[in-house]
Amino acid sequence: MSLSTKHLLGLQNLPREDIELILDTATTFREILDRPIKKVPTLTGTTVVNLFFENSTRTRISFELAQKRLSADTVNFSTASSSTKKGETFKDTVRNIEAMKIDIIVVRHQSAGVPTFLTRISNASIINAGDGFHEHPTQALLDFYSMKEKLGNIEGKKVCIVGDIAHSRVALSNIYGLLSLGAKVSVCGPPTMLPRSIENLGVKVYYDINSAIKENDILNVLRIQLERDAGNAIPSLREYHKYFGITKERLDKYNKDILILHPGPINRGVELTSEVADGEYQIILDQVTNGVAVRMAVLYLLGTLPS
Amino acid sequence: MKIKATVIDPVGLQRTITRLAHEILEKNRGAKNLVLIGIRTRGEFLAKRLKEKISEIENIDLPFGALDATLYRDDFRTRLKQPEISVTDIKFDISEKDIILIDDVLYTGRTVRAALDALMDLGRPNSIQLCVLVDRGHRQLPIKADYVGKNIPTSINEEIKVKLKEVDEEDAVYLVDNS
Repeated sequence: MSLSTKHLLGLQNLPREDIELILDTATTFREILDRPIKKVPTLTGTTVVNLFFENSTRTRISFELAQKRLSADTVNFSTASSSTKKGETFKDTVRNIEAMKIDIIVVRHQSAGVPTFLTRISNASIINAGDGFHEHPTQALLDFYSMKEKLGNIEGKKVCIVGDIAHSRVALSNIYGLLSLGAKVSVCGPPTMLPRSIENLGVKVYYDINSAIKENDILNVLRIQLERDAGNAIPSLREYHKYFGITKERLDKYNKDILILHPGPINRGVELTSEVADGEYQIILDQVTNGVAVRMAVLYLLGTLPS
Repeated sequence: MKIKATVIDPVGLQRTITRLAHEILEKNRGAKNLVLIGIRTRGEFLAKRLKEKISEIENIDLPFGALDATLYRDDFRTRLKQPEISVTDIKFDISEKDIILIDDVLYTGRTVRAALDALMDLGRPNSIQLCVLVDRGHRQLPIKADYVGKNIPTSINEEIKVKLKEVDEEDAVYLVDNS
């Protein structure tokens, strides 16, 4: 079994078999993370460059650890210290890096479509680590892995994505992937944060958080991204918290069996209270651990693809 | 694919496993400090059968695990097909243990090399002994089995197919012609 694609750009057109292969492969790597020596020699001699044009702590560290645990050689590139600051074009930067014989490029960029563009100018395998408001496939895959780990299966489960859907690449990747895995997907948030015609993707829309909690098995709660303009969509953080914040009282009252996911970083007291963020409903830190395993699976499947 | 000969039949397989169990116990003077680790897929089931046989003889329940050595292989770049990987399931500490490593067929020795590397990453065992159901020759690495169910000299064009009830329909070992 191998992936049907050389790149991981998003989950929109990724066949269900590919998603399932990545999730199954990740269980192998999850076991490695519990060993005393958390490293296997599989990608020895493979070179991976992490091209991060946008700030990231969790995703970058997670990818870097995944690469090191597979024994790949890694190079990090971030805009702060890069030649793009000296006026080099994006295309030239990538061409130059690739001339150093790179096998895999992990890219994050503020503009949607950059990973796809990269596939046209580079021979390396491209992994999208987040592009604009478009997709963030490895985050969605680690969400699915964590859901499966906790609930056994995703097919038929009701999953609601809560928060700023319009400014979220995590939301879009979740929607595409969950639908393809056979989940019933919905979104919940203030109308200003839901893209127009989102129902056309095949998702249900809630404007009331209490019914979203009541009618779903899983909530994937997104971060209110203040740095991305979210402030214009809501009157105040306090008001957002009042109407859409996940509190222990709400969960206790409406659905004691619900599972809470959050991609991080958390704004405590905004989308989640501290009590929920550290409480019994959530699996937020499991998501982080699983993230390394899922990224190892993606790197392994793309890095050992028969040529 | 053409079956040339049945090398071991179901009854023969039982006898072979009984003999291997006795050999292991004889050489190690009992089962103290022994652990059994089977290489996935069929080595795992052979290991399980050895475990049962040893518990029959010595009345001792040996720790048992399954090892997937795929990630340690040396042929990722040369194969046409991506190998399937599964999970290593060893729930005990192997440090200072005497490991009986079990596989169905010993051929080039490359799987065993990968398994040895994989085991070393899990701890520092006191010793590792190799037990195989069939040794078909053609080693490419300096590796030798401590316990052999049956030596079957083969040509390169032939193949040994081990069938076990746990994954296949029957218990048997066949010599198959691939040419």
